[in-house]
Amino acid sequence: MARAATTADAFNAVAEPRRRQILDLLATGERPVNDLVALLGVVQPLVSKHLRVLREVGLVDVRGEGRQRMYRVNSRPLKPIHDWVKGYEQSWSERFDRLDGVLEELKAMEDGDDQ
Amino acid sequence: MTSSGTATVTLPNDTQILITRDFDAPRHLVYKAWTTPELIKRWWSGDRGEVTLVEVDLRVGGMWRYVMVANQGFEVAFHGEYREIVTNERIVSTEVFEAMPDEVVVNTYAFTQQGGRTTLTILVQHTGQAIRDAHIASGMEAGMQEAMDHLEQVAVSLR
Repeated sequence: MARAATTADAFNAVAEPRRRQILDLLATGERPVNDLVALLGVVQPLVSKHLRVLREVGLVDVRGEGRQRMYRVNSRPLKPIHDWVKGYEQSWSERFDRLDGVLEELKAMEDGDDQ
Repeated sequence: MTSSGTATVTLPNDTQILITRDFDAPRHLVYKAWTTPELIKRWWSGDRGEVTLVEVDLRVGGMWRYVMVANQGFEVAFHGEYREIVTNERIVSTEVFEAMPDEVVVNTYAFTQQGGRTTLTILVQHTGQAIRDAHIASGMEAGMQEAMDHLEQVAVSLR
């Protein structure tokens, strides 16, 4: 099967550790690219490349302010990821709730044995 | 029936999922419910179907296999091998979803007791490549753990 491009969706876009770092930094507020370059300690073309990927999946918005371009996070595309985690949690919670019932019985049986 | 707590799911890094849950029972009972076929049948499917087969050969190198018929009618099967067993304390085993036989996950189950209560932690270890492939094969449904490091934190911080 052909491999999907890294820009295909938010899941793939955030699979790259450096892009997650950028999102973490932007999560605290809007920043120009120079800030990101300084904070990440990598060259600007690399930061710009990651920002472009993040913009293409809609995870980052940009606006011009004077001569600077300001980047900020748009959390909306993260929702499917958040939902996926929640779904996983939900299915385990169902199992564990049933397990609680089994354990109550086992405890009652054990108490019975002790008497 | 007591509800002892809610499961928490966190994503320690690109390839792991950590699930934690407290139970209002001593750990030898949690371990028993976790490893005894007729008991596994009663909880493993949650609300999603009915467990039709549980095979447990609880020794290092032994195999396990669980089959469930989902409410929608289709069959779902998992199997794996036990790699490490410390009775009442710890189990390490592999897990394969039979619809995706190339993806092998290693699960570490740790049972710790405090007072009469037990904390169960499940560490799910994927191989990064397999997750990527599973993602590409199945869209957003399966195996997307890799993408989620820190993401929940980001999502929460933006709420």
